[in-house]
Amino acid sequence: MTPIISPGSSSNIDSQKRGIVIAMVKILDVVIAGLLMGGIYALIAVGLSLQYGVARVLNIAHGEFIMLGAFITWWLYTHGINPLFSLAFSGPIIFIIGALLYRTLFTRLRTSAASPAAYEGTSMLACFALLFIIQNVAILIWGADIKGYSYLAFPVDFWGAKFAANRLVTLGFAIMLGLVFYLFLARARLGKAIRAAAQDPATAGLMGVNINQVLALCFGLGALMAGLGGSLISMSYKIQPTMGLEYTIIALIVIVLGGLGSIPGSFIGGFLLGLVGSIVTSIEPGLSLVAYYFIFMLMLLVKPTGILGK
Amino acid sequence: MRRAISNRAFILGFVVVLFILLASLPLLASQYAVILLTSVFMYIIITVSWTMFSGPTGYISLAPAAFFGVGVYTSALLGLSLPLPAVIGIGGLGSFCLALLVGALTLRLKGIYFVMFTFGLVELLLHFIIWWEVNITGTTGRMVPTVSNTTVYYLMLTVFTVLMFTTYFIRRSKYGLALQSIGEEEEAAAHTGINVTALKIITFAVSAFFMGAAGAIMATRWTYIDPRIAFNPLLSFMPVLMAIFGGMGQLYGPIIGAAIFTYLEEFLITRFPYHYMLIFGIIMVLAIVYLPDGVVGLLQKLWKRIPGRKHADT
Amino acid sequence: MPILEGKGMSKSFGGLAAVSNVDFHVEQGEILGLIGPNGAGKTTLFNLISAALVPKSGTIRFKGINITGLKPYKICRMGVARTFQAVKIFGHMPALDNVMLGSYFGMTPGLSSKDAVREATELLEFAGLSALKSTPAKDLTLANQKRLEVARALATKPELLLLDEMMAGLNPTEIAQAMELVTKIQDKGITIVMIEHVMKAIMKVCERIMVLHHGQKIAEGTPREIATSETVIKVYLGERARAGGS
Repeated sequence: MTPIISPGSSSNIDSQKRGIVIAMVKILDVVIAGLLMGGIYALIAVGLSLQYGVARVLNIAHGEFIMLGAFITWWLYTHGINPLFSLAFSGPIIFIIGALLYRTLFTRLRTSAASPAAYEGTSMLACFALLFIIQNVAILIWGADIKGYSYLAFPVDFWGAKFAANRLVTLGFAIMLGLVFYLFLARARLGKAIRAAAQDPATAGLMGVNINQVLALCFGLGALMAGLGGSLISMSYKIQPTMGLEYTIIALIVIVLGGLGSIPGSFIGGFLLGLVGSIVTSIEPGLSLVAYYFIFMLMLLVKPTGILGK
Repeated sequence: MRRAISNRAFILGFVVVLFILLASLPLLASQYAVILLTSVFMYIIITVSWTMFSGPTGYISLAPAAFFGVGVYTSALLGLSLPLPAVIGIGGLGSFCLALLVGALTLRLKGIYFVMFTFGLVELLLHFIIWWEVNITGTTGRMVPTVSNTTVYYLMLTVFTVLMFTTYFIRRSKYGLALQSIGEEEEAAAHTGINVTALKIITFAVSAFFMGAAGAIMATRWTYIDPRIAFNPLLSFMPVLMAIFGGMGQLYGPIIGAAIFTYLEEFLITRFPYHYMLIFGIIMVLAIVYLPDGVVGLLQKLWKRIPGRKHADT
Repeated sequence: MPILEGKGMSKSFGGLAAVSNVDFHVEQGEILGLIGPNGAGKTTLFNLISAALVPKSGTIRFKGINITGLKPYKICRMGVARTFQAVKIFGHMPALDNVMLGSYFGMTPGLSSKDAVREATELLEFAGLSALKSTPAKDLTLANQKRLEVARALATKPELLLLDEMMAGLNPTEIAQAMELVTKIQDKGITIVMIEHVMKAIMKVCERIMVLHHGQKIAEGTPREIATSETVIKVYLGERARAGGS
């Protein structure tokens, strides 16, 4: 609701009312912006949580899958395909890449590892290498400079606070994907197999769960969420091959905040961090990553297991 | 017994001769060789420092770029007002302190937190310093006074020598043994009277010191420094690649890895500016899968396979 | 004054109480046995004493000093050493180096390397491992690895030694040798608390036994008292019946 301005009026009560309404709009602005960004963070963090919590791979190349999703969508857009439709392509493509990588590289590392701890180390290092491989492949294919496109860029009005339609659509999708995924984990047989594998791989294997397949699936699903996140990001922001690193760092902080191994925790943590980012950006833009690291440090000092972690 | 003594004397003699050669290099070889070898030293220093901590303990640090960058930026901030040796000392000290902080926060916890925290560190510093330079000091880029190639070379040689002494003596001391025990069975190490947290933090900080010192020196070669030049994630990747490829079991494994890849990078960077990183990434994956003990480990295995060699060690 | 005293020790994991309000004491120079069915909380109690875990509540006193909440390395340096149920030796180091670490970082820090080598060599001999001093620890048999762990613990010069299932996985000959080693350690004046499932070893070697079940102390006394205690028999028979008589 727009504040009522009486022409010529300068009464204190009116300007106080105006002040409060303006402040509330500002707060709403910040909160919703935070949720918009938080939706993306939640989505990509859940993906990473799947990969680390279940498949036990700390995928520090996660951001590169995000970047790939963004670029696939951008590329399809330049060939006339609606970005929302492109999700149907970018998702599966990146899922397949992720699952294949797991089946070949990470399964090999897992079976030849001296211990689970050794596997965590080598798989993380392999992801480190993948980071540079994928980034440079992207540069070779698409070039190193910034790209972008415009889609649903018109503003939508919420009680005086304006938000771009594309970002609202992004939020909607992120929440929807999160819910679908949550239901999948809770209800579907495959989802239950994943939860079993996460809790106790050995026993799950004995109970007939094909561990290799399930873990590859999880890793692929995690990559899928990254890819979808990237596609959604590309609708509202400019993209470039080096964009992934920052998102990886944010995803890492979110899963610590939410609790390592807790998928609901990552989901909630994503929104929380998005809110923090929005608040900080409204006060001092350019310091959001610093603020995130503060939260990181706080969690390490107070509760390393995270909000919902065991 | 006699054989052991002559082995040691041989190695000692070799090292002394090598050092004399290295020290007199600028007088004997071309400027290009001096510059190339300076780069080799830089990578050796970062790689060996990295291995000093992450090798025995298994706590994989992804922060070399951050510590190196602190050194570079110290040069950028103080290079015009302080003499170079002071700048180098302060750069090393700054990295040391940062590592103490990072270690105190993360090394009391499981290794995964350490990896995650160090991974984002270089980007964090980059963002912070960009914000600082834009909002507080209003500068874009700083100049560092130039120093002759020969001086840079000798400075790096000095840091390299001090580092090698430090690493060698740590390895041979009870602390080196303790670090290894932390990597093998940390809980048991703690119950054997080792203050594991303190040892980890201090070793990590010492390793960071050398990276910072190297950064402060190399900044003089680049003369123009902005935050992106100082804090470059690639400098976290290269030492890990070099250490893995070379092999972390022996002292000279990382040195060999660093030497190989420095030269390779020099060779490839002008011809294939985007392909070479791709190649290095692939090499790293292959090394992780097929060369778990690095090139040195592989050579040691082959050495043992030579007939008659099998019982030579007992 | 008992050399070790615990009052009201409690520890939970999630909702499960692993150790529940346990009081115990260990007299200087004795060998105390700690038995109980699987999951009774024996290793958890050890973990609380050696500070591998922080208790939810309760205090532990070693030689009258409150050691609750201290870090493991401090407790080791005060004179409490332990071995682990899953042998935690440093696999890629020679046996001698394993023991030397105990000499270097135990109750006498600042030892020269020559003295450390000497001490470690003597301890290896004490544990019967002299011939294997250069062998990487991972290449030793299980029985020898367990002795190595004991030797390493002894290198820290403890007054109290906690042995966690030292005889698990050993054959009868090895068990007899282990029992011998335990008595030799007691002869040196070291107090011992041992968790064991091998009943005959416990009954023979221990002077006093404490029984835990579901995290609580249910009995305490001499081996004969424990062997004839109805409570204990019920617990063990009950467990065996539930496990299908295995």
